[in-house]
Amino acid sequence: MAKKRVVVIGGGLAGLSVTMKLSELGIPVDLVSLVPVKRSHSVCAQGGINSCNDATRQLGDSEWKHLDDTVYGGDFLNHQPPVKEMCDWGPKVIDLMDRLGVTFNRTDEGFLDRRRFGGTLYKRTAFAGATTGQQLLYALDEQVRRWEAEGLVRKFEHFDFSAPILDEQGVCRGAVIQNLHNMEFISLPADAVVIASGGPGLIYGRSTMSVMCNGSAASRCVQAGAKFGNAEFIQVHPTAIPGADKLRLMSESARGEGGRVWVPRKPQDPRDPKTIPDAERYYFLEERYPKYKNLVPRDIATREIFDICVNDGLSVDGDKMCVYLDLTHIPRAELDRKLGGILDIYEKFQGVDPRDVPMKIFPAVHYSMGGLWTDYEKSGSGGLVVGSPRNHETNIPNLYAIGECDYHYHGANRLGANSLLSCIFTGLVVGPGIETKLNATKMAAAEMPPSLFQNAVAAEKQRQQAIINRPASSQNPYQIHLELGDLMTRAATVVRRNDQLRAALATVAELEQRAKVASLADTGSWTNQNVVFTKALQDMFPLAKAILKGALQRDECRGAHYKPDFSMPSLAAPTREGRLQEAEQWCDRFEENTAKWVKSTIATYDKGDVTLTYEDVDTSLIPPRPRLYGLVGAEEIEVVWNRRAAAKAQGNPAAVKAATTPAVSSM
Amino acid sequence: MIAHSKPSVIKIRVKRQDGPGQSPYWQNFDIPYEDNLNIISVLQKIAANPTTRDGKSVAPVAWDCGCLEEVCGACTMVINGRVRQSCSALIDRLLDDAPSGEIVLEPMSKFPVVRDLVVDRARVFQSLKKVKAWVSVDGYYDMGPGPKQSRAQQEAAYPLSECMSCGCCMEACPQFTKVELERQAGESEEDYQKRVADAHNVAFIGPHAINQAVLFNNHPTGQFAKSERLDALMAPGGIQVCGNAQNCVSVCPKHIPLTTSIAQAGRAVTVHAIKKFFE
Repeated sequence: MAKKRVVVIGGGLAGLSVTMKLSELGIPVDLVSLVPVKRSHSVCAQGGINSCNDATRQLGDSEWKHLDDTVYGGDFLNHQPPVKEMCDWGPKVIDLMDRLGVTFNRTDEGFLDRRRFGGTLYKRTAFAGATTGQQLLYALDEQVRRWEAEGLVRKFEHFDFSAPILDEQGVCRGAVIQNLHNMEFISLPADAVVIASGGPGLIYGRSTMSVMCNGSAASRCVQAGAKFGNAEFIQVHPTAIPGADKLRLMSESARGEGGRVWVPRKPQDPRDPKTIPDAERYYFLEERYPKYKNLVPRDIATREIFDICVNDGLSVDGDKMCVYLDLTHIPRAELDRKLGGILDIYEKFQGVDPRDVPMKIFPAVHYSMGGLWTDYEKSGSGGLVVGSPRNHETNIPNLYAIGECDYHYHGANRLGANSLLSCIFTGLVVGPGIETKLNATKMAAAEMPPSLFQNAVAAEKQRQQAIINRPASSQNPYQIHLELGDLMTRAATVVRRNDQLRAALATVAELEQRAKVASLADTGSWTNQNVVFTKALQDMFPLAKAILKGALQRDECRGAHYKPDFSMPSLAAPTREGRLQEAEQWCDRFEENTAKWVKSTIATYDKGDVTLTYEDVDTSLIPPRPRLYGLVGAEEIEVVWNRRAAAKAQGNPAAVKAATTPAVSSM
Repeated sequence: MIAHSKPSVIKIRVKRQDGPGQSPYWQNFDIPYEDNLNIISVLQKIAANPTTRDGKSVAPVAWDCGCLEEVCGACTMVINGRVRQSCSALIDRLLDDAPSGEIVLEPMSKFPVVRDLVVDRARVFQSLKKVKAWVSVDGYYDMGPGPKQSRAQQEAAYPLSECMSCGCCMEACPQFTKVELERQAGESEEDYQKRVADAHNVAFIGPHAINQAVLFNNHPTGQFAKSERLDALMAPGGIQVCGNAQNCVSVCPKHIPLTTSIAQAGRAVTVHAIKKFFE
């Protein structure tokens, strides 16, 4: 019998992690990547990786609290069993990366140093300077190179994933890939295909993502019938450096190490920021969120920065929107040791030393919480059954998805430093499940009829030839991409409105038609970047439509999805008693909304159109509760909410209102 | 601060090549000036409208790029005679430094050209295999934390570990010469790749891999394979080829102390060779 193999698409943290784990299990892997895997987008991750640790544990932290922070920060849209498993593995994942040689920063005594990140009050985040993603990626790259040297891994670098190969029963039996130099298509038979292709940032034109993060691999699976979850949940990072070609990330760790966000109280104050006295500075995050201060979850920090510039007119500059992110009060040596990497980026691209001058930053599209729908098997203790072949399998049998391109772990908003954990964790946990799957597979894909693979290759050749053969037209793929990016950035980022979303859907349909007739400036058959880009552009449209439709239909605010027309109000009454009354109505409305919208949006693609259904979210471990960071009236809502929860816990929901209302008025 | 006077167009001269083994040729492009552009955004503008200065429609210029923030190493090329990443090559700075106002883009010369500014850097990654640039852990099960390390150890290792395998040090090294083999008639792809790999194996390994060998030889667990790495550094194409020109350290975009690593590796290799002599 032919040896069973696995194809992994993408060589970032998730793809390398699963490749390394499968190699350890003795399973050969074909690793496919657009770029040499060492250049994958994970290198751009800066701040760190989270886990509960010995120090935080003694301050009351636990894996359970990490789970709680993650689902609370994610506004309860996360299926909880996978999150629980991830948080339980957190300390072990960091220990493993430490053993692999990651140059984590150290304390004086030689332990791993930790910093605080957004959405938690504990210092959970291990870090290697401000290039943690790069350092983690390199460690995994090195391990995979070791397996490559031993012959278990074949790398296909500078290859594009064209499509999954499905048999007549709809089971995935391999992948068609294209050599980006000689442009030839080949088929890789496989008994499991793992998509680990990262996020779709290029749909927004400029973002913090690398140029290969175009979403095409996920889109090609969707077009082959895979379901896509929570597309509308796109994280906009609060702090990035605006640029003509890219919006470069300025890590949350800058705030974790004490960085302060502010604007001058006087609009566009022309003075040198260092000469503006404290009293004339508006530290708006610190004033509005006294508990979490500059480390509120990302969705909140982003909205506040957006609001201060757009609605309050307090942008630092008149001609472009930005706020100060200030590190100048921190000693240079400490900045160099802990944040050197990101400060060098700022200095290099802006020509100003952020150790001396406050940085000017603005939010930018950063991460997709949504992604390919994947299954899991829940264990008796509420986590995952490790070794289950269902873990991370899409609805297409034998097709798996892990890392940023699956829809798990982060719900409606991702906490900083949780993505490096989810990427490495999913790679490690999916390995044994795939092993189980392969052991149960009767016939290896390599033994299937050759016609299955030949036909799949022929279809891709035909798709490409049709694009090359297009008659010359005035439609230019790069121009269409610019327009798509502008449109998506305007309609589906920080603030969303139904009229804009509806209009954007219509415009996207027009852009898609134009992309279908766009002609190429290069029709050659050697390293033709033009045709590869044009195919990727066309494949952006299914995901763009899923994002816009998902956002249009979801009439509520949840995490990164913010629709002011449907926001939950602050409490307005002047007295505490009045606010407690209001809190009752607030909580009623919250409960109704929870019942209606704690649901994953599931997009499916059929003949050019995207249709949506909704799936219940497993909140069996921690029931949804109001997310109250900084809301006026939060205290009163919490009082009412806790009473209701306590009454529910006593198993008498009918008594909730009767029991709480008199108690409130008597206070 | 923009010191130069703003021109109306940016004059770009690109050394092009249609494929491996073909003759290079030059083309000129004029890009309307905007503030705050870099080489990447200029190449993007050329891709969107590939028309030369004299109005001829041509194929877009091919080039590699990735992160656009100088951490992935993909977009390395020779810009106005100097090897560097094109993402961090800011047009305004280049205009300040080039009074002629022309910006010249060439592919790296020490690696075979794939097309235009795209080169084949497989040799860079192969050299990492040769020096076993990894920690040979027993496996990926939970075995507790790694060995404790001092802050000083971490601060020495981290800069070496920031290397992104971009190839600048090899481009600048006078001892590092191009290896380019043509596929022969009737030769299979596998046979050809093996022949290329064999040629890479005896050619100079370069500063990049020597530095990585030092990184892992200094790691508490990585040092268990120290003697194998030193054997690799003594083999043909090893550290003895280094002529101490010190160009590598001056072009490294990450300011990695490459010459320090080379000196450290040189001493270790000497000690290792003497020990082997007496074995």
